[in-house]
Amino acid sequence: MRQTIAEKILSEHSGRRAKAGDIVISNIDFCFGQDGTSGMIIDSFKKMGIEKVFNTDRFTMIIDHSSPSPNIGVSAIHAKIRNFAKEQDLRIFDIGCGVCHQIVPETGFVTCGDLVLGADSHTCTYGAINVLSTGVGSTDLAIALASGKNWFKVPETIKMVLNGKLPKGVFSKDVVLKIIGDIGADGATYKSVEFYGPVIDSMSVEARFTISNMAVEMGAKCGLMKADRKTMDWIKKHSSREMKPTEADEDARYVKTLEYDFTDLEPQIARPHTVDNVCSVEEVSDVKIDEVFIGTCTNGRLEDLEIASKILKGRKVASGMKLLITPASRKIFLDAIKKGYIDIFVSAGASVNNPGCGPCVGTHQGVLADGENALSTANRNFKGRMGNPNGNIYLGSPATAAATALTGKISDPREYKRRL
Amino acid sequence: MAFAHRLTMKNDINTDYIISGRYKFKIQDPKELAKYIFVDLEPDFYKKVKPGDVLVAGENFGCGSSREQAPVALRASGLTAVLAKSFARIFYRNAFNVGLCLIECETNFVDDMDEIELDIENNLVKNISKGVNIEIKPVPKIMRKFLEKGGIIEYFKEHGGFDEIV
Repeated sequence: MRQTIAEKILSEHSGRRAKAGDIVISNIDFCFGQDGTSGMIIDSFKKMGIEKVFNTDRFTMIIDHSSPSPNIGVSAIHAKIRNFAKEQDLRIFDIGCGVCHQIVPETGFVTCGDLVLGADSHTCTYGAINVLSTGVGSTDLAIALASGKNWFKVPETIKMVLNGKLPKGVFSKDVVLKIIGDIGADGATYKSVEFYGPVIDSMSVEARFTISNMAVEMGAKCGLMKADRKTMDWIKKHSSREMKPTEADEDARYVKTLEYDFTDLEPQIARPHTVDNVCSVEEVSDVKIDEVFIGTCTNGRLEDLEIASKILKGRKVASGMKLLITPASRKIFLDAIKKGYIDIFVSAGASVNNPGCGPCVGTHQGVLADGENALSTANRNFKGRMGNPNGNIYLGSPATAAATALTGKISDPREYKRRL
Repeated sequence: MAFAHRLTMKNDINTDYIISGRYKFKIQDPKELAKYIFVDLEPDFYKKVKPGDVLVAGENFGCGSSREQAPVALRASGLTAVLAKSFARIFYRNAFNVGLCLIECETNFVDDMDEIELDIENNLVKNISKGVNIEIKPVPKIMRKFLEKGGIIEYFKEHGGFDEIV
């Protein structure tokens, strides 16, 4: 039938055969907002003059971006979210619950084959579990909230085949940074990207989330993977919803197919101030780092914390280093306590913060000083992103971040490969 | 009379640059928020803008975060349209949803403070200062419908859905 995954999921949700370029109206399985976008969702919803949200089980709000509130303005937004939830009888995730992109799949709200909208650009994360999920603005989200539907332009699809086997000390973050460096910050604008190949097959679901999470950093609408055994096992553990695994047809039409071999991939770094300004860790190994941040919807999962703990175990961070660690959810925080990772972090000199987005958005918890350099496991290094336009942000994997915290300059985690 | 405004930075102007996270959380009033557009790039930018002016940029304008405060603040600053070689997708939808027109065209021949006239009906931008017409990519029908109403909410309220435009 020559359909890509995006064409199939949009066909399934619009009741007509959808092909790239078509405009379709589709039913939404789940939608949500976060504290940076929900205030405007509520305003837009109210402006429409509709009394009740379309379905109280298919919408939530997650207070994660500036949480707990650092000032009166943010407190007012948080209060507005709580009041709307009360008014509409909605379940919300308040301060300390975690980042929306961990909460949504972890709570079991989404399953493979779903069509999901989030008022957050990194909603593309669940593409890793075969969900067509994409970010929209607050008003588009409010349209879905009012009607259970929205309109979509069916995207063209780029197929990426990731061959080889990753060397020790090299992770999914390095893979996705390499790809973004290659195709650029607009290399997949308005496209769906489908990821295939042995590199994906051998990765855990957690590691795959990192790749789909950053699809938007190449401009993509979504970053999809097929549902394999690992995907289904992961979903079964988290959700009781019926799975609708959706695969592309063998003769599906792609605008482009890109093949990579990652057998010799080195740890990668995105330099200030664009995510596509990518180089190997070696090229920037003399850069002094003042703050290391491990966390976010990209790399704040248990597996990421485990990797960092292996490198940090029994060691102390460099003198003057600020190491901030933010688990992506409360569940991850508790698991990390049980597994002893938090003990290792605190003993090494880290500040462990409450689950949420942490310093990624620059509103609290670790704003940079003028001239300071940060190495972050987040997905964006835009000027000013961490709260100060005169600070610089380098992006890397949790392993590179942990290795850097120990030395105070950008460091190659392969030095610790016996521990990994 | 509408004038073009350019930033020194041409490509990949992201929504963090349009309106920084530091202000989007703090300030709810669009008119107040408009004073902080491009604050991390060119802090006095908003002072140059007069109602009806247009912003001109290069590739991938509006990439990054889904924050709708970005097009809201641009619109509240007085800008009616953005001309760029290409736009990021979330920003593209958000802009038309809140009544900001986006026009895809070659922008190399538009300089800061050139006098500009938009002729969307005829798929043209007239650069009056340079005496040239620039062909634009037609603004999609669905987006023009939203613009006519001042945004998607007004359209949705009137039509109850999008059946007419599909």
